[in-house]
Amino acid sequence: MNTENSKVKGWTREQMAELAAMDIPDGSYVNLGIGIPELVAKFVPEDREFIYHTENGLLGMGPAPEPGQEDSELINAGKKAVTALPGASFFHHGDSFTMIRGGHIDVCVLGAMQISQEGDLANWSTGAPDAIPAVGGAMDLVAGVKTIFVISQHTTKNGVAKLVEKCSYPLTGKKVVTRVFSDLAIIDVTPEGFRVRRLAPGITFEEVCEKTDAPLLPIKAY
Amino acid sequence: MIDKRIKTVAEAIADITDGSVVMIGGFGEAGSPSELIHALIDHGAKDLTVINNNTGNGEVGLAALIGNEQVSKMICSYPRSSHSKVFPTLYRAGKIALEIVPQGTLAERIRAGGAGIPAFYTATTVDTPLADGKEIRNIDGRDYVLEYGLKADFALIKCEKADRLGNLIYNKTARNFNPIMCTAANTTIVQARKIVAVGDLDPEIVVTPNVYVDRVVEVANPVIESQLVEEGVCYI
Repeated sequence: MNTENSKVKGWTREQMAELAAMDIPDGSYVNLGIGIPELVAKFVPEDREFIYHTENGLLGMGPAPEPGQEDSELINAGKKAVTALPGASFFHHGDSFTMIRGGHIDVCVLGAMQISQEGDLANWSTGAPDAIPAVGGAMDLVAGVKTIFVISQHTTKNGVAKLVEKCSYPLTGKKVVTRVFSDLAIIDVTPEGFRVRRLAPGITFEEVCEKTDAPLLPIKAY
Repeated sequence: MIDKRIKTVAEAIADITDGSVVMIGGFGEAGSPSELIHALIDHGAKDLTVINNNTGNGEVGLAALIGNEQVSKMICSYPRSSHSKVFPTLYRAGKIALEIVPQGTLAERIRAGGAGIPAFYTATTVDTPLADGKEIRNIDGRDYVLEYGLKADFALIKCEKADRLGNLIYNKTARNFNPIMCTAANTTIVQARKIVAVGDLDPEIVVTPNVYVDRVVEVANPVIESQLVEEGVCYI
C-alpha cells in the first residue's frame, strides 16, 4: 500500500479494509458484516487463506459472480449474489448460528454507529421513537465470535465522534470490540481505554484526539 | 400408502384459519415459498402471526401478505428492506405489531420449539435493551438470557426436490430457515420445484427427513421475487 504521498490525508475505505485484512491470521474463519467490512475479502494477503462464513448458511463464500451469472438462491447476509468456492458447504440457520454462538468463528468485522472506550458496540438502532429496530445477526456475532474488529469512518457525516466514552445508542454488545480501523487511525481497545496503534498518513495524534469523544492514549513503543 | 402430495397450492393451504401462527421459510427472496404465500393471500386468512427473518420485498410474497393486512404480528430479526415500504408504513400506523429477535436467537427458538425444548439460555442480547425484562442466569461466570422455544400452527416451506413421503433437499442458500421451520409447526406445507420418486433422493443427502413434513405440492417454475419487484408487480 502506498501511504507515503505527503498530500494524502487519511485512509480510503479500501485501505481501511486492507489494513483489517492484514491483521487477520492465516487460516481464520471470518464473518464480514455489511458495507465496508465486505471489502476485506478483496485484500487477503497472498500467503494467507481465510474461510468466509455468511450467516444465511454458507461456509466457503467466494466473491460476487460475473454479471449475468447471479443466482437468486446463492446470496450473502446482505442479500447480494455471491459464489461458493471449492470446499464450501451449505447448512440451515440453526447450524449457522451454532458456528457463531458456539465460538467456532475466529474473526468478525462489523460496521458501527458508536464504539465506547470499553469496547461496547452500538450498530443496530438509533433508539429514535420512529426508528424501526432491525438487529439481524449482529448481537449473536458479538456474543459468540472470538475477535470483533470494527471498520468505520472516524466520525459521522456531520462530524460527530463515533468513538465515545459511553455509547448513547442502544448497545449491540458490551465489551466486545478489540480493534477499530477508522479513516484516521487504527485504535486498540485496551483495559486503559482507547490506544492509537497507527496513524493514517497526514494525520496527527492531536487531530485524532479532536475527533474522538473519549481520552486517547498515544502509540505505545513495544 | 403414505402420499403427502397435494395438487394445488390453494388446496395445500386451505385450512389455515384466522389467528394462525405461520412460520414462513426464506432469507430475503432465497427460499421464500412465494406461490404458497400468494395462495394464502387469495385465501384471505387474517390476524396471522408470521415468523420470518424479514418482512418481504416490493409488493409481492410476504410484503404483499403484510400489505393486504392479513398479518397482525411479525416476529423477525430484520424488518428493514431497501425495496419495501409496506411494513414500515403499517408499523408506523400502529397496524402491525413487531417482536424483534436476533437472527441466531430466532433460529434457535425455532430449533428448540421443534426439538421439544421449551426454553434455553443464550449470551446473545446480554447488556442490551433486547434483554429487558428477561430472566438472566449466570452460568460458569458468564451471564445468559432465557429465551423460549417457538412453535407454529403452520410452516410454509420452499425446497428443491421432495418425494411423496416428504423427504426434502434444498438449493444452496435457499435452505436457511426452511429445515428448522419444518420441525416446529403442527402442519408443514412444502412447495417443491420437483417431486421425485421415492428412492431417488440419496438417504445420505436428505436434509429434512419426511417425518417433519405433512404436505408437498410441486411448483415447477417458481417466481423469482427480485424479478417481480423489478417489474413492479403488485400481488394484492
